[in-house]
Amino acid sequence: MEIVKNVVCPFCGMLCDDIICKVEGDEIVGTLNACRIGHSKFVHAEGAERYKKPLIRKNGELVEVTMEEAIDKAATVLAESKRPLMYGWSCTDCDAQAVGVELAEEAKAIIDNTASVCHGPSVLALQDVGYPICTFGEVKNRADVVVYWGCNPMHAHPRNLSRLVFSRGFFRERGLADRTVIVVDPRKSDSSKLADIHLQLDYDKDYELLDAMRAVLLGNEILYDEVAGIPKETIYEAVDVLKNAKFGVLFFGMGITHSRGKHRNIDTAICLVTDLNDSAKFTLIPMRGHYNVTGFNQVCTWESGYPFCVDFATGSARYNPGETGSNDLLQNKETDGMMVVASDPGAHFPQKALERMAEIPVISIEPHRTPTTEMADIIIPPAIVGMEAEGTAYRMEGVPIRMRKVVDIGLLSDKEILERILTRVKEINASK
Amino acid sequence: MSEIILKPKEQPLVPIEANNVTPDVFAGKTLEEIKNLGIWHGNRQDRLSKFFDIEGESSENPSEIKIIIDGSVPKTKWIGKAMTAGEILVKGDVNMYVGADMKGGKILVEGNAASWPGQDMQGGELTIMGNAGDYVGSAYRGDWRGMSGGLITVHGNVGNEIAEYMLGGKMVIKGNVSIMPGVHMNGGLLIIEGNVVARVGGEMKGGTIVVKGIIDEFLAGFKYLGIERDLNLEGEIIEGAYHKFKGDLATKGASGIVYAAVAGNSHIAPY
Ligand code: SF4
Repeated sequence: MEIVKNVVCPFCGMLCDDIICKVEGDEIVGTLNACRIGHSKFVHAEGAERYKKPLIRKNGELVEVTMEEAIDKAATVLAESKRPLMYGWSCTDCDAQAVGVELAEEAKAIIDNTASVCHGPSVLALQDVGYPICTFGEVKNRADVVVYWGCNPMHAHPRNLSRLVFSRGFFRERGLADRTVIVVDPRKSDSSKLADIHLQLDYDKDYELLDAMRAVLLGNEILYDEVAGIPKETIYEAVDVLKNAKFGVLFFGMGITHSRGKHRNIDTAICLVTDLNDSAKFTLIPMRGHYNVTGFNQVCTWESGYPFCVDFATGSARYNPGETGSNDLLQNKETDGMMVVASDPGAHFPQKALERMAEIPVISIEPHRTPTTEMADIIIPPAIVGMEAEGTAYRMEGVPIRMRKVVDIGLLSDKEILERILTRVKEINASK
Repeated sequence: MSEIILKPKEQPLVPIEANNVTPDVFAGKTLEEIKNLGIWHGNRQDRLSKFFDIEGESSENPSEIKIIIDGSVPKTKWIGKAMTAGEILVKGDVNMYVGADMKGGKILVEGNAASWPGQDMQGGELTIMGNAGDYVGSAYRGDWRGMSGGLITVHGNVGNEIAEYMLGGKMVIKGNVSIMPGVHMNGGLLIIEGNVVARVGGEMKGGTIVVKGIIDEFLAGFKYLGIERDLNLEGEIIEGAYHKFKGDLATKGASGIVYAAVAGNSHIAPY
């Protein structure tokens, strides 16, 4: 058995870079330091079915084909569609994403990533009102007030608390004891159990509570004795803790990005953080889910000027979530061909979107059997980045980290597959 | 007025972009030239005549042109984009962005409109007889300057974030509104005759919103200024008694005004 150190976990946006892998042959058989969800990605969850050969659906059955045939078929779907959609991208590396953007431009497609169903609202909000962000190191070493709004890190980002909050920092020598933890969540959760203050607000009332907190912060009276189920006095107390922070950080997750109002909740939360800087030092970090969802938004922005939902139909980049988001395109039946890379909309999109996916040709570049591959007409299996291929990913607060290749299984990487499809689409377009 | 009639053929699933369908573009063109205008269909260009049977007569002067779309075009976007003069009548539904960037002239949609009607509107009149989607008279994504002039009237119901970042002009919604009408509003007048679900004027800094119906939930960041009767707004008298609020005081230096009809809204007044 071989031991590989300093491996980066390709699961969640924490991108933990201290994983030790135990390797036997071309398989990872054990890990140290990873949390349970990270561990099960490395060692393959039980029952997972891995594809090693390209497949094409012929007469309803998936049939093994050569890589050339699969690439040609995929390129043809993209080149022939009038409004092709290229979705996913959050579980692969930045170089593959960059080829993806080039391919989208060549195919006059729309490229969108999983942000459009998770932190897309945060992206919209930061375009409106800015983004006072910080890095993990600053949280660990400085933060004395840590707010988790609409997220449950104990389950979704298991090492967030241990790496950043329980741990001792340069200015927070006693770790957790030196920090005040505030959880804002309508539910009791394993994270709220650890909180010094749990603001258990009513469902879908994030904006209302934030509006009241901001008004109080600016020295105004508020209209009502209770807002979002929280008594006025508690709101005053919470604002007091926030504005007296030496270094505060707001972590926020899907519980606020996807409750009623979506990006406007984040917009007003960001403005709260901005205004807090009149008296405290305050920052924020979005709890990004997939390990490289942040990377896609970075790559897509530097390539096209927009972070997601980019429409290349007319040859120049256009952008309007609500029109050019994957769910908009599928549910309005606008798209007529779809490529899915490194994600599983089949498991996560609403029924109305899946109905359209079932009607149109779907290409899936995906290592495992998933609900998406069940609908796919073409399946091309890649090596898994961070385990079987190297590449760069962006941690949730925007720090790029180089991911290691731990084992070699002899499959093409996402990037190599996409490059081949790009070459073929160029050939088809040149012959038009 | 010279009339040009566009009779829609079958609408494709992949939408078409009719930003060329304006009196400004049609002006000075022969019928043949109009039929051959390019139109985006997904990622390729076709001729306008592929999707419409076109007849009538054009004019040199856009303000002399009336375009009649003689049927429903639920898969057609950008009708009347940036038009400055003349008229467009749509005898049915339209897709997104009808009257976006409009500067003058009139558009009347007899059916429903999808989202973003009158986006960044600067002048003219846009009337929708049916319902409209979200973002009526809003800004472009990421912009902080929305509708700055003109008049939008929607006779039916509308969705979320109408009059987002509104700067000027007037919008009248006769039906009901979902959440966040006038979010980030900085100027102009928004009159809602129906009911609103929540968050009227969230983060507004200026402008005026009048709600004649019932507001289910109101934001705590506003200041109550008492009851005012028979409002005089932009030369128009709006009769009745209204609770008056100033806000949204969650934002620095805010002086937006929300009037909520006294009838039906006692639950949002603090006393
Ligand atoms: S917290 Fe996230 S990145 Fe860290 S080990 Fe767990 S799954 Fe992997």
